[in-house]
Amino acid sequence: MKYIDDFRQRELALGILGKIREISSRKANVMEICGTHTHSISRYGIRDSLPPNIRLISGPGCPVCVTSANDVNRIIAFVRKERNVIVATFGDMLRVPGSGSTLQEEKARGSDIRVVYSPLDALDMAASNPGKEVVFYAVGFETTAPTVAATVLSAAEDGVKNLSVLSLHKLTPPAMKALLDGGDVEIDGFICPGHVTAVIGAGAYGFLSTRYGAPCVVAGFEPLDALLGLHMLIRQIEEGRSEIEIEYGRVVTWEGNVRAQGIINEVFEPADSVWRGIGTIPSSGLKIRDAYGRFDAEKKFQMDAGADVEPAGCMCGSVLKGLITPDGCPLFAAACTPADPVGPCMVSSEGTCAAFYKYRKVVA
Amino acid sequence: MTIEKKGAGEILLAHGGGGLLSRRLIEEVFLNAFSNKYLAPLNDQAVLSVNRSRLAFTTDSYVVNPIFFPGGDIGRLSVCGTINDLAVGGARPLYLSASFIIEEGLAFDELGRVVKSMADTAREAGVEIVTGDTKVVERGKGDRLFITTAGIGVVDDSVDLSPSLIRPGDVIIVSGTIGDHGIAILTHREGIRMEAPVESDCAPLHSLAADMLKASGGGIRAMRDPTRGGLSSTLNEFAGSCMCAMVMDEDKIPVLETVRGACEILGFDPLYLANEGKLVAVVSPDAAPPVLEAMRRNPLGRDAAIIGAVEAKPGGKVLLETSIGNRRIIDMLSGEQLPRIC
Repeated sequence: MKYIDDFRQRELALGILGKIREISSRKANVMEICGTHTHSISRYGIRDSLPPNIRLISGPGCPVCVTSANDVNRIIAFVRKERNVIVATFGDMLRVPGSGSTLQEEKARGSDIRVVYSPLDALDMAASNPGKEVVFYAVGFETTAPTVAATVLSAAEDGVKNLSVLSLHKLTPPAMKALLDGGDVEIDGFICPGHVTAVIGAGAYGFLSTRYGAPCVVAGFEPLDALLGLHMLIRQIEEGRSEIEIEYGRVVTWEGNVRAQGIINEVFEPADSVWRGIGTIPSSGLKIRDAYGRFDAEKKFQMDAGADVEPAGCMCGSVLKGLITPDGCPLFAAACTPADPVGPCMVSSEGTCAAFYKYRKVVA
Repeated sequence: MTIEKKGAGEILLAHGGGGLLSRRLIEEVFLNAFSNKYLAPLNDQAVLSVNRSRLAFTTDSYVVNPIFFPGGDIGRLSVCGTINDLAVGGARPLYLSASFIIEEGLAFDELGRVVKSMADTAREAGVEIVTGDTKVVERGKGDRLFITTAGIGVVDDSVDLSPSLIRPGDVIIVSGTIGDHGIAILTHREGIRMEAPVESDCAPLHSLAADMLKASGGGIRAMRDPTRGGLSSTLNEFAGSCMCAMVMDEDKIPVLETVRGACEILGFDPLYLANEGKLVAVVSPDAAPPVLEAMRRNPLGRDAAIIGAVEAKPGGKVLLETSIGNRRIIDMLSGEQLPRIC
């Protein structure tokens, strides 16, 4: 734990905050892409400690949250129809509200839905349930994709016939590009996700600095990492530079994890994907290549399109685009709480609304 | 907002999680139907007056998966859990019942090991298991073994414990490291290997509770064992009863390094993890030093620590003063952290 505590030292944090205040003179709209950054920033009260000219905007970096309403409803319809199927997924997906139901409620009604901590668990599940079809409901970014790809490769090697993957994976750089192209939200620089970049490499953001003039800093998730990253980014903005810089050097390199990239490319190819709140972004998803088509749940099963209806009153879409903060939604902390979530951003441990709620201020 | 209004017409696993949904289930379904003055305070035990004696009475069911885990098993858990529910009411546990729901196919050897563990734990705790029942269900209709125990104990006339007695200025004490049981079960169940495996803290707490009561001079306001839902849920229950604020100091809460590490990796918060051998007490400021000293003399309270204090406002809330100096609200567990932990 020493390695973690070292990056949470209060005196050092206050020192870096002081340095940010010293150099910051102009307006800076900074988007942190990753939900884990959003949580760290909220947990340590960083947003309120910054000078008012620096605005932190939370981006679409929570995999559960960006999964479209259509996809959420599609899997609910699927588990209702297919009774000989085990759906394996990550815990947060069970509570995401669809139109009138959740996977958690379908589970209580008899569908076989199981929470896993690793996609590899789905492989064991397939082996121990030979009479059933196991579908791994895969959400996640470039961080999750390599393990899912490795699961498919293992299944191929072992000749597993009763496992498939519904790939809803999303890719980070195309979403950043789409936000800048859309122009709805003003962004002066990005705090880039540490672990996604550990896989794809910091070089993947090159186009943001060259074509869009957007400075980027790849930062870690502990408070000192986030603050150092912010300091580096504010310095770039103040000096009019737009470069890619790495704060999280103990994990992140320019080329990334080449082996993980290789596994992803072996199994997946880029495809258009629908993001909640943003819509279809070209080449922002991962679909299973034809060579592994027998593991593609969309090919194996008839999966009807789900209702593309957002929960009534839910503003998750605007939150995900960075147009509003959660407290700008009338449902926030009133009709929508972690116990009774209306939208996915309140459900997921990486969701922006969940972060704002969990670390909300104390009103005496 | 009621359960029905949410449109969820069925019981969800999260209703058994010990957090907000469990609370709603109890209040909206059971409390309404059974309504009486013994049940109303929703303590872990009912204290009844019978022929001028005060008897504490409690029951609990155990469905933990797996039935054997590092530091314990379902049998030891079923004896300790019920003893602890009596102990935190200030009672001296005397007699237990034990009912078994056994799934067809369970090995005799395994049942034997569980029952021996119950007998050993009862002997260790000085209680007797005096009545019971067995039922067997078809394969697939239960999950190996479920145990229900009930227990009675006697409460001294001098004991007066209730969270409604908590007032500003009181001190919050926890008897040792939190989250051990939750992490022990989770890492064992999921096959997560750790350098130093965490063991469940499962233990009978009546001797510790008795030592505390003896040392307190009547200064203990309330005690509870923070099982499902963890320390945060117990303190939220306290805060709701006394309408004061429970303020914890993050740096003072004892957590094993291995548990902290596992929580960092797995994304859990020790404040919400189950304990099976810990108690949390709120005591008057005068009684805090002698109570703490008595706790630390007992092996089960060796790591006891003052973790915070009671303030007047905001009423009904639990706050955490974080390592970097700000205060945040700690809610009850919402949803389900880990199913079938006890």
